[in-house]
Amino acid sequence: MAIVKTERHPDMPPPVSQTGVIGWMRENLFSTPLNIVLTVVSIYIAYSALSGLISYAFINANFAGETRDDCTGTGACWVFIKARFGQNMYGFYPVEDRWRVDVGYILGAIGLFMVLSDWFKNKKWAAIYMFAIYPIVCYFLFYGGTFGLTQVETSEWGGLFLTLVLASVSIFVALPLGIVLALGRRSEMPVVRLLCVGFIELIRGVPLITVLFMASVMLPLFLPEGVNFDKLVRALVGMSLFSAAYMAEVVRGGLQAIPKGQMEAANSLGLGYWKAMGLIILPQALKISIPSIVNTFIGLFKDTTLVLIIGLLDLLSVVKAGTTDKEWLGMATEGYVFVAAVFWVFCFGMSRYSIWLENKLHTGHKR
Amino acid sequence: MSEAANTQVVEDVAIQLIGMHKWYGEFHVLKDINLSVERGEKIVVCGPSGSGKSTMIRCINRLEEHQQGQIIVDGIELTNDVKKIDEIRREVGMVFQHFNLFPHLTVLENCTLAPIWVRKTPKEEAEEIAMKFLERVKIPEQALKYPGQLSGGQQQRVAIARSLCMNPRIMLFDEPTSALDPEMISEVLDTMISLAEEGMTMICVTHEMGFAKTVADRVLFMDAGEIIEQAPPQEFFDNPQSDRTKLFLSQILHNG
Repeated sequence: MAIVKTERHPDMPPPVSQTGVIGWMRENLFSTPLNIVLTVVSIYIAYSALSGLISYAFINANFAGETRDDCTGTGACWVFIKARFGQNMYGFYPVEDRWRVDVGYILGAIGLFMVLSDWFKNKKWAAIYMFAIYPIVCYFLFYGGTFGLTQVETSEWGGLFLTLVLASVSIFVALPLGIVLALGRRSEMPVVRLLCVGFIELIRGVPLITVLFMASVMLPLFLPEGVNFDKLVRALVGMSLFSAAYMAEVVRGGLQAIPKGQMEAANSLGLGYWKAMGLIILPQALKISIPSIVNTFIGLFKDTTLVLIIGLLDLLSVVKAGTTDKEWLGMATEGYVFVAAVFWVFCFGMSRYSIWLENKLHTGHKR
Repeated sequence: MSEAANTQVVEDVAIQLIGMHKWYGEFHVLKDINLSVERGEKIVVCGPSGSGKSTMIRCINRLEEHQQGQIIVDGIELTNDVKKIDEIRREVGMVFQHFNLFPHLTVLENCTLAPIWVRKTPKEEAEEIAMKFLERVKIPEQALKYPGQLSGGQQQRVAIARSLCMNPRIMLFDEPTSALDPEMISEVLDTMISLAEEGMTMICVTHEMGFAKTVADRVLFMDAGEIIEQAPPQEFFDNPQSDRTKLFLSQILHNG
């Protein structure tokens, strides 16, 4: 005899003990005696570490004053950072011209907003502004020498400003160049492939310090007399090529994850190699590579500090130089904590943006 | 034969494979393939897996390269000339076993991409055409969703609509129902049948023998890289000639 169910079971809410804050805590923090002990111990460790940091950085710290003698508390002496803030931010960029850097920041922020945010819809103009107009404007703005702006030699650039110049130029160059190298490495043309593989393996096989050293010390020896590039330009070229090699491998990983059928479908619709790449393959490959791309960007951003060894005064070098000032001896901790905090803010920002972007581009199965 | 009769012959023939061979490295996949498909003709290709069915139809739009012999599609011979390859691909639509929809684009964008970028159709017009074909495959309400949000049968119908948007004269189907759940096969087959009834030239690699019986003008049986037998469906199923065909039919019809 057949057994037939005639009534449908209604949908019911899940049991209360599994939802809400109490449910979550019971499930995750206090489910067994061992977990209760671990939770209590973790909370204690977190409390003691944080309270020490907070009392050092805020409660017992000194913020007001002008000189070292104003630091009477037991905590950090932020007066040191405050007193040298201008130099930390701009290096030896002439004080009366620092507004030019600020204008550059503002224009850059507008550009970033247009490119990255959802609110600005016309991405074509955003890209033209950010990648074609903005770099040229920045060159004239920062370097000067025309339009009535005094010339500021790159040896006077420094501090956070120099760090940002190094990082953003390297990032802007590394991504497109990395894509080209990745495509070249997967090309069916043997010469192109060989060149790309050779470049990537050569650059990836040496430390960045070596590349910078080569660019700054060795290169001038090979160039004919009278021909000389700016030291900053040489460092920029070195860093860009270095990170392009890394980027190429990241992008290649993404390209390899795209099923062959995507290219075939694009081809069968009459799209040629470049259109298929630009419209179908690369958007997907770059999307899945976002975590690794941002990872490379963050690594690159922090690696800019290595220019210290070729005598460029980036944020870390300037702060470090400040700690040897005899009026501020013993301020090394404050200096390094400050540098760490600045780097952390930028890297954390990049990380959050990449998470937001991943969610936005997710088209798989979220309804 | 007079000049006029000659052109007549060329115009009536959609696809011609003459003495075509293909190797994968040392492996001889396709051996001396000779096939002529008339305009409006529907051909079903069947055979055991690894027999070269898919490879053969993938040669027709140059997803695979043949090494010997001639392939003439729509009067254009396939050579290394990229322009000619593109020209042929524009006229030949293809539907894949695994749909191969573009997951980062909506259903509508999947359908308008090629018309906009290859045929230079204005966006509004391309969208109008796309909606027309999405209605034909009965899923206009899914236009703004992403492929990942659709069922397999719906995805395959989108893939058919995407091909049709390029207004092809020939359609190639590479096992279009093999990756589908059983209850979704008929919705895709129905779409293909209605396409066949409109007079589209079609080559289908499929194991759906019911479809072959209703639609095909000719059924091809391939084994080990050769076309073993070709006949109208009635004759093919009722009175197969070669032993290999008989064996194959007994195996699949037994299961079906």
